[in-house]
Amino acid sequence: MTSSAFSLTRNPLGQLVLTKVGAGGMAHEGVTPVRAFALTAPDTSISLMSAEGKELQWIDSLDNLPENERHLIEEELTQREFMPIISRILSVSSFATPSTWQVDTDHGATALILKSEDDIRRLKSPGGLLIADGNGLHFMIRDRRDLDPHSQRILKRFL
Amino acid sequence: MTATDTLPEGWQAALPPLNAGESLLAWLELDLDAKLSFRSSLVALTNQRILTATESWPLTATAHLHHVDHAGVGMLELDDGERMLARWRYTLGRNPAALHFEREFNRQRDSRASGLPPPAPVAAACPICQLPIPADEEECPNCARELHTPPSTWVLLRLWRFAQPYKGMLLAGFLLTLAATAATLVPPYLTMPLMDEVLIPYQNGKPIDTDKVAWLLGGLLGSAVFAWALGWARTYILALVSERIGADLRTTTYEHLLKLSLEYFGGKRTGDLLARIGSETDRINVFLSLHLLDFATDVLMIVMTAIILFSINPWLALVTLIPLPIIAWLIHMVRDRLRTGFEQIDRVWAEVTSVLADTIPGIRVVKAFAQEAREAHRFRDANKHNLEVNDRLNRVWSLFTPTVGLLTEIGVLVVWVFGIWLIAHDSITVGVLTAFLAYISRFYARLDAMSRIVSVTQKAAAGAKRIFDILDHVSSVPDPVKPVALPPLKGGIQIENVHFRYGNRAILRGIDLDIQPGEMIGLVGHSGSGKSTLVNLICRFYDVSEGGIRVEGVDLRSVAVADYRKHIGLVLQEPFLFFGTIAENIAYGKPDATRAEIVAAARAAHAHEFILRQPYGYDSLVGERGQSLSGGERQRISIARALLIDPKILILDEATSAVDTETEFEIQSALNNLIRGRTTIAIAHRLSTLRRADRLVVMDRGRIVEIGNHDELMAREDHYYRLYMAQSKQLDELPALGMSA
Repeated sequence: MTSSAFSLTRNPLGQLVLTKVGAGGMAHEGVTPVRAFALTAPDTSISLMSAEGKELQWIDSLDNLPENERHLIEEELTQREFMPIISRILSVSSFATPSTWQVDTDHGATALILKSEDDIRRLKSPGGLLIADGNGLHFMIRDRRDLDPHSQRILKRFL
Repeated sequence: MTATDTLPEGWQAALPPLNAGESLLAWLELDLDAKLSFRSSLVALTNQRILTATESWPLTATAHLHHVDHAGVGMLELDDGERMLARWRYTLGRNPAALHFEREFNRQRDSRASGLPPPAPVAAACPICQLPIPADEEECPNCARELHTPPSTWVLLRLWRFAQPYKGMLLAGFLLTLAATAATLVPPYLTMPLMDEVLIPYQNGKPIDTDKVAWLLGGLLGSAVFAWALGWARTYILALVSERIGADLRTTTYEHLLKLSLEYFGGKRTGDLLARIGSETDRINVFLSLHLLDFATDVLMIVMTAIILFSINPWLALVTLIPLPIIAWLIHMVRDRLRTGFEQIDRVWAEVTSVLADTIPGIRVVKAFAQEAREAHRFRDANKHNLEVNDRLNRVWSLFTPTVGLLTEIGVLVVWVFGIWLIAHDSITVGVLTAFLAYISRFYARLDAMSRIVSVTQKAAAGAKRIFDILDHVSSVPDPVKPVALPPLKGGIQIENVHFRYGNRAILRGIDLDIQPGEMIGLVGHSGSGKSTLVNLICRFYDVSEGGIRVEGVDLRSVAVADYRKHIGLVLQEPFLFFGTIAENIAYGKPDATRAEIVAAARAAHAHEFILRQPYGYDSLVGERGQSLSGGERQRISIARALLIDPKILILDEATSAVDTETEFEIQSALNNLIRGRTTIAIAHRLSTLRRADRLVVMDRGRIVEIGNHDELMAREDHYYRLYMAQSKQLDELPALGMSA
C-alpha cells in the first residue's frame, strides 16, 4: 500500500503533524488519532483526523507501522482516550441514584457520580460494563465476575 | 479573591510564596496528573504569572491558554505561540473553574498586550443553567444539588408546605384515627368478662347470666359498628386531604415549570418531565393516603394495645411484647433482601420489554433482512435471564410468608407458655389470657404490612426529590424585583456589545446593532452563526451573558418579562397549533378578541378562505387530532395569531422555509400585511425572501460581518455575495431538493 505512506512528527506546540508522501508533501498540523471501534477493537482500525474533522489517514493496525509513528499515535491515544478501569468499588453513598461511588481504578482512587442506573451499559464481552459518570467520564469494568465479593455485592444492587 | 488565604482548604501550603505586589486571581484544582492518574494538584494564576507547586511561567503578551475537552477529560494548554509550555488535565467536574481560569488569564494577558488595566471581571455563569455562580462557590449550587444529592427520606418533610392548608382536616383525621383504633381494641377487652364471668362459671355449674351476655355481646356489636363508622370517616377525610395535597403539588409544579426558561426545557427530556408531574405526584399521593395512614394506624394500635396489656397484667404484657421487636427486625431483614430482588426483577423486566419495543416498531426492517430467528433468540435470551432472576428470588420469596406465619406462631406460643404458667400460679384468669391472645394475634398480623413502610417511603422520597428538583430550580430569566414600567413602544431596539455563551461554547461575541422603529432587518448567515440565538435574546427567552439589549432606552432585564413579550409577535418555522378550534388558535395571544378581529386577522394572513373551506369554518378543530391542515395553512394561522395581538416588534424565524415555493408566495403576501408599520426581524435561509428588508445583517460565527441592503452587499462581493451566489447556483442545479436546511 504505497498510497498510505506517511510520516508523523510532533511540533514544538505539542501537536502531531502528518506529512503524506506523494501528495505534494503537504503537512497537516494538529492531527488527532481516533479509535473507530473504541470498545471492541481498540488497537486496530485507527483514523487520523485533521483539526477540521476530516479523515486524513486510515490505519488498519498499529502493528504494521514504523516504530516512531506507532509510538506517537499510542502516546496521543492514551492522552485522549481516557477510560479508567475500575478494579474495586469501595463504597457507595446510596443505592438510590444519584449515588457517589468511591472506586479504585488503574489510574488511582477516585469518586464517580452515577446519575441513573441507565448510565451503566452492558458490553458485549461477558461481564463487561461501561459506567458513565455524571461529568461525562467513562469508567470500565472488564469483567464484573472478577471483582472482589464486596464490589460485586454493591454492583448487583445497580444491575 | 486577592489573597492566598482564599485558596481552597488544604491548598494554602501548595504554592511557593508570592512576590511583592503579586496577587492571586484564580486557581484550578486539578484531579489528574500528566500520566492521567487521579492525583490532585493546584495551578494558580496571579497578575504576574501562572504557577504550580514546582514551576512558574510569566504572563507574556504572546502567551496563549488553550482549552479543549474530550471524553470527559478537560485540558488547558499553555503555549507562547511557538512552543508548548505546559499542559494541565482535569475531569470535567472542574470545567467551570477551568473556564473561569481561562477567562481571567485572557483578561490579564490582553491588558498586558494593550497596556490598559484589565476590564472588570465578569461574574462566572453556570455552564448548565447559565445562572450566575456566587463568587465563593465553584459550581452552580442549583445544578450541583441535582447531580450529587441522593434522595433522602427527609425530603418528605418538605411536603408539609403543601399539607399546611389542610391542617384542620388533618387534625380531624388524626383524632378519628385515634378513636377508630381505640374502638377496634374494645372487642378483645370484652372477651375477658365473657370468659371469666360467664363461660367458666357455667362450666363450673352456674347458669348463664343472660342479661350480662346480652350486654357483653351488644358491646361487641356496638364497638364493631362504631369502629366501622369511625374508620369510614377517617379514611374518607384523609383520602380527601391527600388527594388535595397531590393536586396542589401537581399544579404548583406545573405552574413553576411554565415559568422556567427555555434553557431548562432544552436540557430535559419531555418524557421525564411528564413522568415527574404525572406519576411521581401520584405515587406520593398513594403513599400519603394509603401507606402512611396504615402505618400510623398500626403504630397507634400497637401503642394502645401495649397500654391496655400493661394495665391488665404488666408481667404478661412484657413477655408478650419482648419478642415483637425481634420479629419485626427479622421480617424487615427478609423484606430488605426481597426488595433488592424485586428491583432486579424490575430491571430485567425492562430488558424484556425493550427487546419488544425495539423489534415491533422495526418489524419491517427485521423482515426485510430476514432476521426473525435472531430476534426470537434475543427475546428468548432476555426471558431466560428473567427466569434465572425470578427463580433466585422465589427461593427467598416462597419462604417469606410461611416464615412470617411461623414467627407469629412462635410469638403466640410464648404467650401461651407464660400464660399457662401464670394461670397455674393463679396470677391471672383464663379470660385475661384469652384477651391477650386476641390482642397479640392482631398486631402480629400487621407486622408484615408495617415492614413494607421502609421501601415505600424510600420510593416516595425519591419521587418527592424529583419534584422538588423542579420546584427549587430558579428561572434563569428572572423577573426583576422592582420591574420598570415599560414606556409605550415605538419599536426601536438597541443591541450593545452582546455576548452569549451556551454551556462552554461562546455563541455570540460582541453584537452591536441599532434597529430603528418600523425597520425590517433580515438576518443572514450559515446555520450555527448565531441568528436564532440573537432572536431568542431579543425575545428574552435567554439573558445575555455580557452587554445589553434595550428598548426605548430601558434594559430588557429590568422590565417584567410578560409585559415586554406582549409586544412581540413570533412566527416560527414549525407553527405549533394547540388542540382547539381555529378561532381559539388565532386568538391564543388575546383570548378576549372579538370574532370580527379574528376574521380580520385571518383575512390579512390570507387564511380566511381556506378556513371557510373547513367543515365548521372557524370552529373546526385543529391541533393534535385535526391534522388535516397543510404546512402552509398552519403557517398562515400562526401569522394570523401574530397579527391579532398587533405587536410592535415582529419576529419571523424561518417562517417560510418549511413550505413549497407556491405556498411561500401566498405566505409572503400575508407577511407583507404583517410587516407593515412594525419593526421586523426576519431570519431566512432562502435569501430571496429577504429582498424587501431595509437592512440585511450578515452573521458569521457569532459576529456581524456585513450590514447593508441587497444591492450594496452584492456590490461588495464578500460574505453575502458568496451566500447568494451559492444559493442561486444550487437553485439552478437542484430545483427539486429542499433548500430549507
